[in-house]
Amino acid sequence: MLHEPAAKTEKDAASAWKAKLGIKLFWLYCIIYMGFVGIAVFSPETMKKPVLAGTNLAIVYGMALIIFAIILGLVYNHVCTKKEDELNGKAGEAK
Amino acid sequence: MNYVANPIAIAIFLTFVGFVLGMSFYYARKAKSAEGYFAAGGTIHWFVNGIAFAGDYLSAASFLGICGLIATMGYDGFLYSIGYLAGWIVALFVVAEPMKRLGKYTFTDALDAKFNSKGIQLMAAISTLAVSLFYLIPQMVGAGVLVTPLLGLPHWVGVIMVGAIVITIVATAGMTSTTYVQFLKGGLLIIFSTVISVMVLNKGLSTETRPETFVPRIIAASSVTTAATVEYHDQTFVKVVEDGLANWWIVEGDQLLEAQSKVVTASGETLYNGAPKADNKFKSVGHLTSLTDEEGNEITETGRVGIFKYFASIDRSEVVRYPKDNIAKFDDNGDHVKVFCPVVTKGSDLLVPGQKFKTKTPIGKLNFISLMLALFCGTASLPHILIRYYTVPSQRDARKSTIVAIASIGFFYVLTLFLGFGAMTLGVIDVESGNMSAPLLAKAFGIVLFSIISAIAFATVLGTVSGLIVAASGAVAHDLMDNYFAIKMTDTQKVKAGKLTAVVVGILAVGLGIAFKGMNVSFLVGWAFAVAASANLPSIIMLLFWPKTTAKGIAWSIGVGMVSALGIILTSPSMYAQYGLDKATALHTLDNPGIISIPLSFIVLIVASLMTQKDNEGLEYIG
Repeated sequence: MLHEPAAKTEKDAASAWKAKLGIKLFWLYCIIYMGFVGIAVFSPETMKKPVLAGTNLAIVYGMALIIFAIILGLVYNHVCTKKEDELNGKAGEAK
Repeated sequence: MNYVANPIAIAIFLTFVGFVLGMSFYYARKAKSAEGYFAAGGTIHWFVNGIAFAGDYLSAASFLGICGLIATMGYDGFLYSIGYLAGWIVALFVVAEPMKRLGKYTFTDALDAKFNSKGIQLMAAISTLAVSLFYLIPQMVGAGVLVTPLLGLPHWVGVIMVGAIVITIVATAGMTSTTYVQFLKGGLLIIFSTVISVMVLNKGLSTETRPETFVPRIIAASSVTTAATVEYHDQTFVKVVEDGLANWWIVEGDQLLEAQSKVVTASGETLYNGAPKADNKFKSVGHLTSLTDEEGNEITETGRVGIFKYFASIDRSEVVRYPKDNIAKFDDNGDHVKVFCPVVTKGSDLLVPGQKFKTKTPIGKLNFISLMLALFCGTASLPHILIRYYTVPSQRDARKSTIVAIASIGFFYVLTLFLGFGAMTLGVIDVESGNMSAPLLAKAFGIVLFSIISAIAFATVLGTVSGLIVAASGAVAHDLMDNYFAIKMTDTQKVKAGKLTAVVVGILAVGLGIAFKGMNVSFLVGWAFAVAASANLPSIIMLLFWPKTTAKGIAWSIGVGMVSALGIILTSPSMYAQYGLDKATALHTLDNPGIISIPLSFIVLIVASLMTQKDNEGLEYIG
């Protein structure tokens, strides 16, 4: 059969848990992203307001979206790794 | 602008390209098997893979396109940075681990893991080829754009050079060498972009201009004799001859404002501000006309500034720009005249969306939302990004590399603001092509930095093109020949077929790169995202999260998503302008297809799946 992964995977007991957490975090980010698009489209003047050390909302919100994605990624990885170790045992981590 | 080749630039460039080729041959020995060729044997370290992800992703569109767009249009360019990065959230939280669990070499494998369906194999392979080709064109155009100032060579030479080098890389070593080239290039790009950004902040903002920058003069209309007068779109232009050189000025009441002009004379000669290009009369642009401090006092410079003070200062400044929609084109006695007109824009207007993407009208709002949707959904659907999930040994590694990628790409995207606004305010922009803004900004800080950054940018193109060609050759050799047509091949034959396809796709890309000269680099990339998001994302998401998804549902969704996105693009106002037709005669007013084609692809998948439920009997849900 052709359709198996290039690197063999073992059963990952944390899989369902990680998928659920992933979806939750995805929606969290999605809402914040939609907030940005919403302000840009329906209230562009709000974007001009200075919010941090004289810098306007557009720059701060845009940078925050990028930085928040990085933080969310790090948190997700940390929590998932912990859960994998807990459910699969350290030696039997999801390969 | 007149570009003259510099020996240091050539030496640095050749050393870099030579090194990349050497690395490629070194890793060639690792590519003996099909797994080695298409997926680097699944052995790449997660950190290397993560930076290589960044290398793949930070293509010519990011480094040249986004920086160029910010430099010419302000914040609207940064929207691409935000959207491209947000797309990684979909990749990380929704797609990364399941894809790794399901796939083998290509994303078609992942989609087809449950069904082994001919329909999916065919449609997914076609969509991979279509998206790869769409993405290849701007990369090749970017290559041509780069070699002109760097080596003083014509556009087509650059395109052929990239084609030849990439074909050599891909045909010798496949995914392993591509990964290491991307790792090296991704890392260097981030390091040197940081260096330039720090230099921009150190320099701060100033109303004083460099001697190389064009500063338009304003004179009394009565002080000169005009040689010709032309009315164009509610503006009056006059030709003024000074020291034997004819240039065009804009009439503003009883004053004249100097512009820059490019004239192709009736005899075929091209004149820049009235002189041949080599005379250097045509200058780089972009400068501040006014700058105030926090108390509102006029100042000439800020000196060294921090991140927030930099933006706060731009907010209080006025910038002279030369936007593309402000270029006047008319004929004067058989001469084809192009006048690049200066516009003074408030800094505060450049730090918010609105210069390129107007959101005042309902269709403008729809276009904006559509673009942001396509960028958000596109990343997780790009075939050359998806294949990178198969180059690491485990799901955990796939996740870790995605996070390394997000962190490094995110960091770079924050830097695009400084690179873009730095180019805008330091007078380095080539009015004919904003694409070169970031490398030209480096040039303002010294020829060595310029050479290094240009060599990296060239390698960026090399790396991205290699990745795309591997993805395309995987689609043909593995998905089409091996799976769909069931041609019996040994491992060695499969690699040979992949390499042969790489050569053919490479030659095709060279042809397209030459044909599309002059097209905006980021222009097609946004569309490649839309096509990828419409064709691929609905099937990936639904396969993972909806147990009723059927093979026919996926095949129809890919087909309809791809055709509808392409159809909307090809009949859009922007494309009409590309055809040389009137924008107003376009079939519709939507420039970005995502908002129609992505939901449509989802709906088709659901309807087709519900109609073919009996196909799923006996199959196990794998989501």
